[in-house]
Amino acid sequence: MKTFAAVDIGSYELSMKIFEFSGKNKMREIDHIRHRIDLGTETYFTGKLSYEKADELYRVLREFAKIMETYKVDAYQAYGTSAVREMENSGIVLDRITQRTGIRADVLSNSEQRFLDYKSIASKGEEFDRLLEKGTVILDIGGGSIQISQFDKGSLTTTQNLHLGALWVRERLGRINAKPSQLEELLGEMSDAQLSMLKKFYFKDKEIKHVILVDDYLSGLLNTKNEHTDRIGYATAEQYQKLMEFMRKSSTGEIAVKLGISEENASLLFIAAVLLNRVMVMTGAELVWAPGVTLCDGIAYEYAQKQNLLVGGHDFEKDIVDSAMSISKRFMGSRKRAETLENLTMVLFDGTKKLHGLGKREQLLLRIAAILHDCGKYISMASLGECSYQIIMATEIIGLSHVEREIIANVVKFNHEEFINYEELSNSSLDMQAYLTMAKLTAILRLANGLDRSHKQKFKNIKVQLRENELILTVDTREDITLEKGLFTNRAQFFEEVFNVRPVIRQKKSL
Amino acid sequence: MGEKKKLFKNPEYYTNREMSWVLFNYRVLSEARDKNIPLFERLKFLSITASNLDEFFMIRVASLKDMVSAGYTKRDIAGLTVTEQLNRLEEKIHELVDLQYSTYNRSLLPLLEQNGLHVIKKQEQLTEKEGEYLDKYFESNVYPVLTPMAVDSSRPFPLIRNKSLNLGALVKKKEGEGELEFATVQVPSVLPRIVELPDDKGKRRVILLEEIIERNIHKLFLNYDIVCVYPFRIMRNADLTIEEDEAADLLKEIEKQLKKRQWGEAIRLEVEAGIDKRLLKILKKELAISDEALYTIDGPLDLTFLMKMYGLEGFESLKAEKYTPQSVPELMPEEDIFAAIRNGDILLHHPYQSFTPVVDFIRNAAKDPNVLAIKQTLYRVSGNSPIIAALAQAAENGKQVSVLVELKARFDEENNIVWARMLEKAGCHVIYGLVGLKTHSKITLVVRREEDGIRRYVHLGTGNYNDATAKLYTDIGLLTCSEAIGEDATAVFNMLSGYSEPLHWNRLSLAPLWLKDKFLYLIGRERDAALAGKPAHIIAKMNSLCDADVIAALYEASAAGVKIDLIVRGICCLKVGIPDVSENISVRSIVGNFLEHSRIFYFENEGNYEIYCASADWMPRNLERRVEILFPVEKEELKEELLHILKCQLRDTVKAHVLTPEGNYEKVDRRGKETFNSQEVFCQEAKELAETEREEPNGRVFIPETHHE
Repeated sequence: MKTFAAVDIGSYELSMKIFEFSGKNKMREIDHIRHRIDLGTETYFTGKLSYEKADELYRVLREFAKIMETYKVDAYQAYGTSAVREMENSGIVLDRITQRTGIRADVLSNSEQRFLDYKSIASKGEEFDRLLEKGTVILDIGGGSIQISQFDKGSLTTTQNLHLGALWVRERLGRINAKPSQLEELLGEMSDAQLSMLKKFYFKDKEIKHVILVDDYLSGLLNTKNEHTDRIGYATAEQYQKLMEFMRKSSTGEIAVKLGISEENASLLFIAAVLLNRVMVMTGAELVWAPGVTLCDGIAYEYAQKQNLLVGGHDFEKDIVDSAMSISKRFMGSRKRAETLENLTMVLFDGTKKLHGLGKREQLLLRIAAILHDCGKYISMASLGECSYQIIMATEIIGLSHVEREIIANVVKFNHEEFINYEELSNSSLDMQAYLTMAKLTAILRLANGLDRSHKQKFKNIKVQLRENELILTVDTREDITLEKGLFTNRAQFFEEVFNVRPVIRQKKSL
Repeated sequence: MGEKKKLFKNPEYYTNREMSWVLFNYRVLSEARDKNIPLFERLKFLSITASNLDEFFMIRVASLKDMVSAGYTKRDIAGLTVTEQLNRLEEKIHELVDLQYSTYNRSLLPLLEQNGLHVIKKQEQLTEKEGEYLDKYFESNVYPVLTPMAVDSSRPFPLIRNKSLNLGALVKKKEGEGELEFATVQVPSVLPRIVELPDDKGKRRVILLEEIIERNIHKLFLNYDIVCVYPFRIMRNADLTIEEDEAADLLKEIEKQLKKRQWGEAIRLEVEAGIDKRLLKILKKELAISDEALYTIDGPLDLTFLMKMYGLEGFESLKAEKYTPQSVPELMPEEDIFAAIRNGDILLHHPYQSFTPVVDFIRNAAKDPNVLAIKQTLYRVSGNSPIIAALAQAAENGKQVSVLVELKARFDEENNIVWARMLEKAGCHVIYGLVGLKTHSKITLVVRREEDGIRRYVHLGTGNYNDATAKLYTDIGLLTCSEAIGEDATAVFNMLSGYSEPLHWNRLSLAPLWLKDKFLYLIGRERDAALAGKPAHIIAKMNSLCDADVIAALYEASAAGVKIDLIVRGICCLKVGIPDVSENISVRSIVGNFLEHSRIFYFENEGNYEIYCASADWMPRNLERRVEILFPVEKEELKEELLHILKCQLRDTVKAHVLTPEGNYEKVDRRGKETFNSQEVFCQEAKELAETEREEPNGRVFIPETHHE
């Protein structure tokens, strides 16, 4: 049995959930503590955290630390989200949090955060995968932005971040001093432009049956008994329309009283409800599911996965690969070529484990780099490396941290361009460790690229053997591999530089 | 619907709460007048009516007077202005006081005499021998603590302390022409009010302290002749806290007027009948007392001394048999209390059943190595509370102990601060109440780490964690480790610690945010059932009912055909028998040996009945200005037990008074009905239950204890 604390330093709320893992696959929430504190407004606009807010933040986190002690937690994980991310001095703030409260906290990139949100949904069990069998959109409404991700036949096809977070919207609408009755219309105008773009570019002909909602506003309502819905956590399109009707007719004060929430929350709830409504209408979805989970559930789920406390469940790695593939597709990457490269890199990666000493996660990064290896050619054939780098850095790949994304972008870049020293790497957040990983992955990708020089997939069956100072690559093909052999030396050189092992090609012509 | 709702709020359908309170005190007084009750118990009831009345003056009448001086013009629930209320009250209370003293003089005194206790009414009636004895008593015990005060042109009128009993005298300088002067001395509250004379041939004699002082008053004013001496007593508007019962807009008004408010203004003057007119004139003038606020008393002032008389040794045959709270079968001592709770929810019915399990619950938690945390709300705690000691112990044992101490509990502030500090010293996390809210809920949470995970044990109650009052007040307690309630309890304490409300509640409903709506919902559900032609029934037991919204909802439900049986001990602003409004509502009040205090709510729910207990009455202050908890009891046997309690009280023919459509309370017409005293039945049942458990044979095989914690 293990107890775990997940701490979310959110934009407008600090929250902590205590979980208990016992037996096989049993994850139980024991406590949920929330403290309202608006860190977002300040940092979004000034980039800094005021003294008073910082003090309050430390005080509450100290209390959190005490509560963890009470429950005798085995481990904890604290993450800051967008408000911390936006702080100019986030590093200093995080260090001070550790000094003042004893809690070590990390910052999540948007894509990591959204990925954890997916994990939080998955923590609810099989329902997630069951809904995903049909076209599904996940609408994740945060304070600052919303994330819309589309799943088709179980795989993630796209995920987009839109600046339409509930707090952000309210702040904007507040500035133009909108009347409550106008709110829906104004919000519609704000969101529809972005949503219709999204639809045009990404959703086009996909049929969407379900919407999964992750938020801190509306989920609460859908998860309590109410007269508009008949199943806790769910609403059909029809029921949802009735619920909207009720909310349109009531003032925020009335909604607050009726639902037993504060008036402030009621106004955010209404914004979330309108956003959901727009998405429902746009997609024509038939059912919405609000699993009522928060980031903390995802943090705990991640911990449990790492600790092998949970087995089975949704395949998140596939989501990451899926989304990489759909990015590649968007930029007209060759599916076949990507597959060959992916294959080759995987074989090479496995065959050189002793050399590189990298793990599963790095293997995934390599795989994605292979998938995205030529996306830049969509812009320019000549500066393929640089353009690929830019595309990858500008595209969200769900589930990857910022550093990971940068590693991939660089691996792809240096697949085409001259490799550079750590010192020469400018404008980068990679540390030495990450740089080395990047170098090793680059070496493997380059080697694989060299083996498929002609883009004719000649090296389908390849065996990798490590013999003293040589890496023997035995190719089983009857095709002419002169080109590959000839150009290989050039490619192999970098590999040799990195691993101090020379790759050698041998051809075996089996009958 | 709106129109109809308005209709049910018609002031004519409501009784003024103060008038209803007076009726309650009449019911207590009727116990003092009940010939079937042992004599000394009757003394006690009479004493209670007196202390009730004192409190009523200090809190309610004072509050009304505040409203007058603040110029508050709003009408009350029954459409009365403040002045109208005060006028009616003066009249009613004068009648009440007259009845108190006729009870004392005509019924109780003669009976005491018959039973061998002679109360010497006037010092003039003393024999010489008795006088000598008392004079000696005066000199050695009383004289040293007296502070006589005389008034003349150089000395202002002295401060007469609130609620104190005093002797007022007119005196005249022995030499010279001298005018009449006023002199006074307080009857010291540190000395026993009743002084017993030495036994005289088996006849016991007592006299009141003020008579002894009166007899010796000349010793206090040596240079004066005493013209006359009479006792008097005043009640002041001295309650510094503004009453939470009042409307929020009034509170603001009063705050504004705070400076103008005459602190300590006298609002009642009691004098003995036959008081010298000159003396009375001085008192009335100096204390600025109006005619209505003057009470001329035919007997000793301040009848609370009767409680002391009850305590006189002997006379046991004239008192009710002492009841010992019984043990709870599920929780025999020696048994692991946590294991017992895991076996199933346990209901406690105090004082029929002992409060000890609750104390043990916290004591065991304090010692148990697996307990991680104990959290509790404390409202009124007894002076030497074992619970406080256990909590301190738990903190010292390294457990996380959080205690919310309500400092705003009426009359208890100082007491509470002392032990709150003590808990803090022991390492507990003490929360000194919430801003703007009284925390009246009674909840304890014990978090325990067990083999299969964390388990939460919760005690919820209708009464305070006070082992002393738990012997006198009827209350319900529930011990449970239900996951749903445990989650809610955790959320309650998170909220009390200042964290945000939970995303949703499982079972509990909290005031001031959700409780009222919950009650209105439950009442509305019965109404809807009745409208749909299904059987609908509400039984609700509480201390007071005066929330207009709830009453209107009840009227609406009654009009729709819901059968509503209310058991309201004290104030009830609802009227029964109004055609088309409250014809289906019955109200009864049970005033017995134990103070009815539990709040139980039954809703038929179309045959799938639900039953709840709460710390709250149906009063605005409970529903809107306090933290209160309503909890459902869900285990089938326990639901039946609660329903049984309600049904017994509805069957009561001895201690029940029934509200008539005319607004009077009348004892149940017992003709053709069995004699049924619900409190006695509960006593009997608790005894039998504890008996059966004890009788269970021990067998001939010894059972070794294998596990010792």
